[in-house]
Amino acid sequence: MRARPPTFDKFRDVQAELERTGAAIFRDTDGVESLVIKFPYQINYIHSYAEDSPFFLGLAEGKLKGSKCRRVKCGFVFATPRSHCMVCGSPTEWFDLPLTGRLHSWTTCHFGSEAFLKETPYNLALVEFAGVGSVLLARLKDCVESDLYVGMPVEARFDPNPKYSITDVWFVPSG
Amino acid sequence: MVTGGVTKFAKAHPSMDFRLMVKRAYDYALKDIPELTADRIDGTRISYFSDHFTRQLKAASMVQDYLGMNPKGSIRLEWGGATGGECFQAAYEAVASGRMDICLAAGFETMSRVATWKGNEFIALASDTNFDFPLGGFYTGYYALMVVRHIYEYLRLGKFADVKDEREAQRLAIEEGCRVMSLVSVKNHLNALHNPYAQYPKRLTVEDVLNSEMISYPLTREQICTMSDGAAVAVMCSEERAKEFTDRPIRVIGVGTGTDTMRLADRPFGKVPLMPHERARDYENLPYPGVHSFRAGRAAGLEAYRHAGITNPNRDLDFIELHDAYASSEIQTYEDLGLCKYGEGYAFTERGDPFLKGIDYGFPVPNAGAIPVNPSGGLIACGHPVGATGLMQGVFAFWQLQGTIAKHFGDPALQLKNPKRGAIHSHAGTGSAVTVSILERGFR
Repeated sequence: MRARPPTFDKFRDVQAELERTGAAIFRDTDGVESLVIKFPYQINYIHSYAEDSPFFLGLAEGKLKGSKCRRVKCGFVFATPRSHCMVCGSPTEWFDLPLTGRLHSWTTCHFGSEAFLKETPYNLALVEFAGVGSVLLARLKDCVESDLYVGMPVEARFDPNPKYSITDVWFVPSG
Repeated sequence: MVTGGVTKFAKAHPSMDFRLMVKRAYDYALKDIPELTADRIDGTRISYFSDHFTRQLKAASMVQDYLGMNPKGSIRLEWGGATGGECFQAAYEAVASGRMDICLAAGFETMSRVATWKGNEFIALASDTNFDFPLGGFYTGYYALMVVRHIYEYLRLGKFADVKDEREAQRLAIEEGCRVMSLVSVKNHLNALHNPYAQYPKRLTVEDVLNSEMISYPLTREQICTMSDGAAVAVMCSEERAKEFTDRPIRVIGVGTGTDTMRLADRPFGKVPLMPHERARDYENLPYPGVHSFRAGRAAGLEAYRHAGITNPNRDLDFIELHDAYASSEIQTYEDLGLCKYGEGYAFTERGDPFLKGIDYGFPVPNAGAIPVNPSGGLIACGHPVGATGLMQGVFAFWQLQGTIAKHFGDPALQLKNPKRGAIHSHAGTGSAVTVSILERGFR
């Protein structure tokens, strides 16, 4: 036999109790009581980068790889790579993007997903490259909110200890 | 459409799971037209966004059996933030195609079962998990990127085009953009004071909005919708059947959908698909959609207007319930739906066109009542239980067109005078999918 879990009128008290003992009873304004339990939910997903793999392997070598449509009449150039062209459907080929670009847009996140809360505040930037038809989303470091503006020149930096994640590359103000 | 029901949206409904929430909304809808009994319903379309939030896969089956609908046909729908709007259209299509005479659309979401920032993580998994999510996985961040560029295109290069110093010009433009976005937030929270279903009705000032917590620059907490628990249902039936149940049926006269790339970074720079009142020369140097506008919203609007025979939305529509997950996206959507040209969204807001007549917003709204947008309070004030949201808009629009707002809200303040036609607009992550549906009064 287990003692009946404690009853609370406030849901945040229920949540606190779940952290302590794993079970609580919530009583709503109509007096309805609901048993609430803690239910852990974790997975390690086996994530394949599949056809995007060369990009992430490239980051570990200090390279930013974009892709370019192989069909001469199309030739669309993508900053965020894809193995087939979004415009005409032809296969693309890899090429090295320049390591310098400009801010297409930017923001400073003061909150984020639970996994990234401890990193706040952090800057996100869409970076545009000369002659390239799409842009790349990346973190922007070594600068603060008040430094940032559309058109600001930036350059890439790479993690010397790559984790095979898009976070292996980030940008900083040029010069 | 012959009836609908909505649960009050709340941060948490711990005493109801998704099945009971849908049941409550369903019972309300059936009570409104007693001639409609469960056995007359031919089948269902059921929507919810995320199995992560529910921690119950195939939750739609559990709704189906809780409502006693087995063994009737059903399809579960999911399309990110536009899930509810898609469900609305799926039920319409089931009837319009002749497959069913009477179809129930039901949607729900229970988002309270995880902490807010874990919930943000689940939502952000609806962005590219190779290229976007690991950077910070945060939808408010994505919309902030979009509005910073929107402000650049239309205020920096518009109203502030003459300011020489680039950084000063951008600073002024952002300040101006944020002030105007705050007007939208004030409007939606204030409208909701008269909507008993709304989660966050309140009277705010522009300063309150601007000074609320910064979430992702320049978007503050009061410019952003929250997570909610809630459910909504709508019943569609053929025109012949409709007369058996109500003398105030509402006709669905147009549906449209549009899509765009999952990654913001992939949005190309092309030409604007034009509305009838626009000319190519209006946008000669505008890279479109880039990240500043929702091409999916424009495509959905164009299709729905064509279907409904609408050539001028300001003239042909009496109101719009649109997907204001952010105050910024409401302004961007005015332009996508052709209520004004691209670039005019800020001026359109300031003139007051999307505001309600007869409500004191605390600032002048000279054109109030021109085309009320989110008279219900929208997502910002009502909440956003994803799978229910698009259906909630359908139900509010239905009551508005029926003229029964006072009956269902217990308050006549939000009832528009004699509205003939309205639109509902449902929008998924960064504008990757949008639905627009046009509803029209089906009685004299």
